[in-house]
Amino acid sequence: MNIPSQISTLIAGIIITLISLWYGQNHGLLPVAASSEAGDVDGLFNLMMTISTGLFLLIQGALILIVIKFRRQKNDQTDGPSTHGNIPLEMLWTAIPTVIVFVLAVYSFEVYNAMGGLDPMASHDHHQQEIAHNHEISPSGQQGNESLIAMAPGQGTVALGIGAPPGQEGQGQPLEVNVAGMQYAWIFTYPETGVMSGEMHVPVGQPVKLNIEANDVIHAFWLPEFRIKQDAIPGRTSQLGFTATRVGDYPIICAELCGSYHGGMKTRLIVETPEEYQAWVQENQFASADTMEKAVAVNPTTMSEGEFLAPYASEMGIDSQTLQHLDHSHHHPEIIK
Amino acid sequence: MTTQVEKPESVKHAGHVEEHERRWQDYFTFNTDHKVIGIQYLVTSFVFYFIGGALAGLIRTELATPDPDLLSPLTYNRVFTMHGTIMLFLWIIPAGAAFANYLIPLMIGAKDMAFPKLNAVAFWMNAVGGLLLMSSFFVGAPEAGWTSYPPLSLISSKVGEEIWILSILVIGTSSVLGALNFFTTIVKMRTPSMTIHDMPLFCWAMLGTSILVLIGTPVLAAALIFLSFDLIAGTNFFNPAGGGDPIVYQHMFWFYSHPAVYIMVLPFFGVISEILPVHARKPIFGYRAIAYSSMLICFLGLIVWAHHMFTSGTPGWLRMFFMAATMLIAVPTGIKVFSWVATIWGGKINLNSAMLFGMGFISAFLIGGLSGVMLASVPFDVHVHDTYFIVAHFHYVLFGGSVLGLFGAVYHWFPKMTGRMVNETLGRIHFVLTFIGLNMTFLPMHELGLLGMNRRVAMYDPQFQSLNMICTIGSYLLAVSTIPFVINILWSLNRGPIAGRNPWRALTLEWQTTSPPAIENFDEEPILWSGPYEYGIDSYSVDTDKQVEELLVEVKGDVG
Repeated sequence: MNIPSQISTLIAGIIITLISLWYGQNHGLLPVAASSEAGDVDGLFNLMMTISTGLFLLIQGALILIVIKFRRQKNDQTDGPSTHGNIPLEMLWTAIPTVIVFVLAVYSFEVYNAMGGLDPMASHDHHQQEIAHNHEISPSGQQGNESLIAMAPGQGTVALGIGAPPGQEGQGQPLEVNVAGMQYAWIFTYPETGVMSGEMHVPVGQPVKLNIEANDVIHAFWLPEFRIKQDAIPGRTSQLGFTATRVGDYPIICAELCGSYHGGMKTRLIVETPEEYQAWVQENQFASADTMEKAVAVNPTTMSEGEFLAPYASEMGIDSQTLQHLDHSHHHPEIIK
Repeated sequence: MTTQVEKPESVKHAGHVEEHERRWQDYFTFNTDHKVIGIQYLVTSFVFYFIGGALAGLIRTELATPDPDLLSPLTYNRVFTMHGTIMLFLWIIPAGAAFANYLIPLMIGAKDMAFPKLNAVAFWMNAVGGLLLMSSFFVGAPEAGWTSYPPLSLISSKVGEEIWILSILVIGTSSVLGALNFFTTIVKMRTPSMTIHDMPLFCWAMLGTSILVLIGTPVLAAALIFLSFDLIAGTNFFNPAGGGDPIVYQHMFWFYSHPAVYIMVLPFFGVISEILPVHARKPIFGYRAIAYSSMLICFLGLIVWAHHMFTSGTPGWLRMFFMAATMLIAVPTGIKVFSWVATIWGGKINLNSAMLFGMGFISAFLIGGLSGVMLASVPFDVHVHDTYFIVAHFHYVLFGGSVLGLFGAVYHWFPKMTGRMVNETLGRIHFVLTFIGLNMTFLPMHELGLLGMNRRVAMYDPQFQSLNMICTIGSYLLAVSTIPFVINILWSLNRGPIAGRNPWRALTLEWQTTSPPAIENFDEEPILWSGPYEYGIDSYSVDTDKQVEELLVEVKGDVG
């Protein structure tokens, strides 16, 4: 095979390596990293970007060179050289990707473990705890309990989600938040304080443990700035652990298709200083009995879609007319408007 | 000195010219000729491509602005559900089957497929399944996405959902019958002088594809039948409200639908391995490595399905197993990509439309492959799962891979199928528009997903508008790119220059018969006088008809 001269190969190799190294660190493709987990994931992504950029330049460069250098001349009807293979070269390009994926797999494993993905306790005791918790405050009421009890034999044996990072499992109590996904909202309840909210507030620097469940269909709880996501599955509880590192206001997005207004199912995570967080808790605790009543009063399962969505309508950029129209067509799926 | 494999006119048997002339009506009948079935599949799949493409145009137009102003969110869900279903089940998979039907018997020197009637049944089931799916537009199309996850699929648009299930069952059955045919034909019907290692690589790819279809599709069928019971009979296989488990559906669904990605792309890996050596005038680099890597991809493809479920009900340790298995696929895929580049390196590249699409395939598939390795990594996948990063990734694989490969196949085998050449200028315009459109549409989606745009939404944060606008303009360019293609095909069909039997001077067997081939393909049992890709070897290079005849006599003597 006609391999270019060693010196030009070497120079090309150095240039490709330098560009890859630079771009891998400076791609600027990710949003701000607001949790301790996000930094690890970003490091992994940067490495993958470096390797990918190198391979991309190598192969696209070869394709462009081929188009320039090896074009058939007009009226040249002869064939190229008869080369069938090159065992050392083939071994090399089998070995290199093998080593790369091995390194990436080990690195990913480390990052995942550091995030708490392999926490065996993630839902070890979930079974009883979750059912108890559901008796108290499941926003969907009786129905939710029944489905959980029906699922009980399978519960607690499988850890779903991302738990506490290793070494942190036993240390202190993380702030626990119960997250319930429903068409088309997230409801957050704080078992320690009884606060219930449509937005999530957490103090900066403190580990947070989310117990995620769904009342109707599958949703997915996603915090892009925190690089974490977990499906909310009806009949199961899954878990997500994180520690916020930056004060700010971050979107919470539903990532799993959950129905017509899936695109509108979003809320905010507000990361505050511990003092601000305490103030928020107190403010909300005052009205806690009131909130609970209201929560029952605004139980979304008893509301029509139009009623339920009214407060979200402005956010989604739809007016009441569209809403009504949609509501109508949703209840009568056989009519296509 | 030229390479010459075209049989001289004198060797041709008289009488076949009339025999193979077909009437247009034949294509609307229960015809058992594999070539007719191949064309039937191809034309039908292109019809669905244009329908699916029109739906994609609606999706992109809706997403040009952050508000759901063109389609209601409900209609939007229906449109993308149908877009996905049509493109996967009625465009790419049948288009692969089209080329497999047309080419496999020709490439292995057989007169027809092993089960010609079953083959015709398979095509007509596919067409009926397609029409059935389209009918759901009239009763409220399905709206739970092409994955149709319960419990959402159990509570929304029930009639549409049931039609969707039925049509996928019919199309899936057609796919199994087709695979049965390909597998048996490849294993049993090769011309006696052809060993398995003399087979063109397209046949290897279809062998792998058929195995995947035969193993995977029944599992999808089972999942859909259970889902159907839940939907219409009120059982609780997957319904959590009654104690069912929606995660079991996901396992069964992805057990088929992950390998389905390879069912969609492997045939075009095969196509590329055919196109590149012919138009670069060089033997394929590492024949066995490419052939066996197809088999390895099949095996690995069957044990990685749960990587679609990293954020759903998959425990941590299991995620690690599926991560490692998924990453390993990069090795056989890498072998293929490197071998293709090495094949054309140092060749004499004829940069015609087929070759452009072939090289475009490598270029775009590379991006899809690299993002695929990233996605295998659990911590990263957790961030981008169900976002536009995924949409970008699989469009690079399935549009950049399968569709570019498919267009390459059309340009490469059009002379064989019709007996006429295509217009290269229009073909090149088609390529340039497609390639720019493809990158403009799908490249910005990576960034959208990383930044926080989830998929399957009609409304999004206004901060994503400019990137979405680029995607939308790119998609219009893709729509425009089909115009030169359609004009080219229609014009060349009637007015293209006569091709002769082997315009590319290729060595695989399909080029050794007339264009288009006679009803039973070959006048006499074809004899291999070289391997499929022996370009650049003097003993196979002949430039006069007399030499060809001498060579034929010599080869026949050897075989006899």
